[in-house]
Amino acid sequence: MPLSSKHLLGLQGVPAEDIQLILDTATTFREVLDRPIKKVPTLQGKTIVNLFFENSTRTRISFELAQKRLSADTVNFTTSSSSTKKGETFKDTVRNIEAMKIDMIIVRHESAGVPQYLTQISEANIINAGDGRHEHPTQALLDMYSIKEKTGDLKGLKVCIVGDIAHSRVALSNIYGLISMGAKVSLCGPSTMMPMGIENLGVKIYHNIEKAIHENDVLNVLRIQLERKAGTTIPSVREYHNYFGITSERIERFNRDILILHPGPINRGVELSSEVADGPYQIILDQVTNGVAIRMAVLYLLGTRP
Amino acid sequence: MDILLKSMNLLDPGSKVNEVADLHIKNGVIHKIGDIDSSEFDEENIFEFSGKYCVPGLFDMHVHLREPGREDKETVVTGCNSSAAGGFTGIACMPNTTPAIDSAEVVNLILQKAKDHLVDVYPVGAVSLERKGEALAPIAELVEAGAVAFSDDGVAVKTSAILRNAMEYAGMYNAPIIEHCEDPSLDDGAMNESFVSTQLGLPGIPTVAEDIIVARDILMAEYTGQRIHIAHISSKNSINLVREAKAKGIKVTAEITPHHFTLTDDSVKTYDTNYKMNPPLRSNEDVKAGIEGLKDGTIDCIASDHAPHKVEEKEREFIYAPNGITGLETQLGITLNELVHKGILSIEDVVYKLSVNPRKILNIPVPGIKVGENANLTIIDDKEIWTVDLSKTKSKSKNSPFDKRLLTGKAIAVINNKQMFCDNEFKQI
Ligand SMILES: [Zn+2]
Repeated sequence: MPLSSKHLLGLQGVPAEDIQLILDTATTFREVLDRPIKKVPTLQGKTIVNLFFENSTRTRISFELAQKRLSADTVNFTTSSSSTKKGETFKDTVRNIEAMKIDMIIVRHESAGVPQYLTQISEANIINAGDGRHEHPTQALLDMYSIKEKTGDLKGLKVCIVGDIAHSRVALSNIYGLISMGAKVSLCGPSTMMPMGIENLGVKIYHNIEKAIHENDVLNVLRIQLERKAGTTIPSVREYHNYFGITSERIERFNRDILILHPGPINRGVELSSEVADGPYQIILDQVTNGVAIRMAVLYLLGTRP
Repeated sequence: MDILLKSMNLLDPGSKVNEVADLHIKNGVIHKIGDIDSSEFDEENIFEFSGKYCVPGLFDMHVHLREPGREDKETVVTGCNSSAAGGFTGIACMPNTTPAIDSAEVVNLILQKAKDHLVDVYPVGAVSLERKGEALAPIAELVEAGAVAFSDDGVAVKTSAILRNAMEYAGMYNAPIIEHCEDPSLDDGAMNESFVSTQLGLPGIPTVAEDIIVARDILMAEYTGQRIHIAHISSKNSINLVREAKAKGIKVTAEITPHHFTLTDDSVKTYDTNYKMNPPLRSNEDVKAGIEGLKDGTIDCIASDHAPHKVEEKEREFIYAPNGITGLETQLGITLNELVHKGILSIEDVVYKLSVNPRKILNIPVPGIKVGENANLTIIDDKEIWTVDLSKTKSKSKNSPFDKRLLTGKAIAVINNKQMFCDNEFKQI
């Protein structure tokens, strides 16, 4: 059964069967990654562009590796959108790329809506690699995959997303994906980091990290953007760590069975203490490996969709 | 030249005229009103307007003409053509041009460009030099050159001190301050802040950013005893503030755009940048408050905030696309369609909101339909069903979310300055 959509723009409205299919397919590719020869010819002859208007080396490398493992031809196009801010470059850039007869576009952009816009001007399959504060579906899929790998099932699982929800593109995708897979989703962070009306999505909100640790099975901890105007949303990084940081003491006191995820890169001593970042509760590097498998699965399913 | 407009519904609230009659216009002046024998007129000068409304020429008090500086988007002349096509015989143009309208030279340039046009153009001067909010623009000199009001539109007047001084200084000439109400410390969004912006992942502009400046300005108007006009009001709380201030006798007036009383932030869901404007489209509750405000008189007038942008500027990433839409040629149609045909306002109310009140706010004489007056008229067919076709609009820019919208009611002719625009052409009369 193929995926119901030609594109992967986000997880909002994506049926559970599609998510299940991607997770199952990723399991097969995860095995490929453990083989001595990690390459399959599945997407031979397909051309994929990694169109990154915003620098994100990790996500780009993960996609690139997934493409190489599937034997696709890949082109990287990284440009700062400050250079496209003035002129007409954005649309022209996309038109140029489209003219090169591309099969798939992986796009990252600091403006929400760009992946959707690309579907209107391009024939290619579009995969959203993060748009503004909107969605980052492959990150959420790899998070779900990594959780499932450890817990066996997502249904009924209590997952709390911790951090700056308002400025995150990972949070929405995780909320949509996890809820449609039957998990119970909550959020934890300072009220200034909660976007308006987010509770309408059916998520509980914590402002007390200890309670969140105590009442959940999984914490997906988001990166705090240190570069954001200091002192406007939170008084200081130090205060953030003191009141919302995940430390060994807190875990040991409130929930020794917790599973910690982090999409990286980590600010050690801010959202996670160094001990936690390297400790037994986290699966941060598994997430990275699984990320390649998830992206292979998405590329494969979209690239071979009839 | 003599022209005859036949059997129209004359509607002029100022002169208390509300009757069916013919109108004889001689050399641009209303010569006779009544039952007029058409045999003395050349056939091409007789216009059969039976069943159509004839009202004092419509006036749009919030137009961005883009000249000087961005003549690629609009010029004084194309903006005036667009006005005439939309049924307007007069407009006020906002000062956020390059350079800003902060010197007599720029006022003169605009008036010079508009000189021979059917449409009267009234420049709004900048409150502060370069609209920077630091030093007062030469308000007296601007008034002398022809500015009718002052605004730093695009942004709110930066400080309370400049606002106070501008109000008092402009008050000497009875010129109002027109305020774009938006607290700059809360404005780094791309749409209304709401559950919709959360779902779309777009940064939001909260309604309170508008309310704070509305409140400040009302307090300042009360303190100084001077006039403040709230441009493109969009939030329910702001409308309530204006309502309360009016009840207290504070000299505050307000306008609303057609898009703010018809569309909500739900429209942004497609990420179509033609739904990006500032103030942004708000919630359904705000739209309802706008309609209520129009009904009870809290909102004095309707203005388009006509903001032309090039296609290639709009066709880009949502957060980087410029704010604003064109509106001169859809404004009357939307007003009739959404307010009159839905029983919210009468045609007479529309004449107040789109002709009488904006002129009163700007101290511009309201044209009357009476013998001896210069003919400054808009002829409205409130029943014509038409489809907006941006490719046929007179504006140089085509950025509107109303393309292909089916509307009932439009202007079919305008007359002013011894000219007539009818059947898509201008002629001398
Ligand atoms: Zn404005």
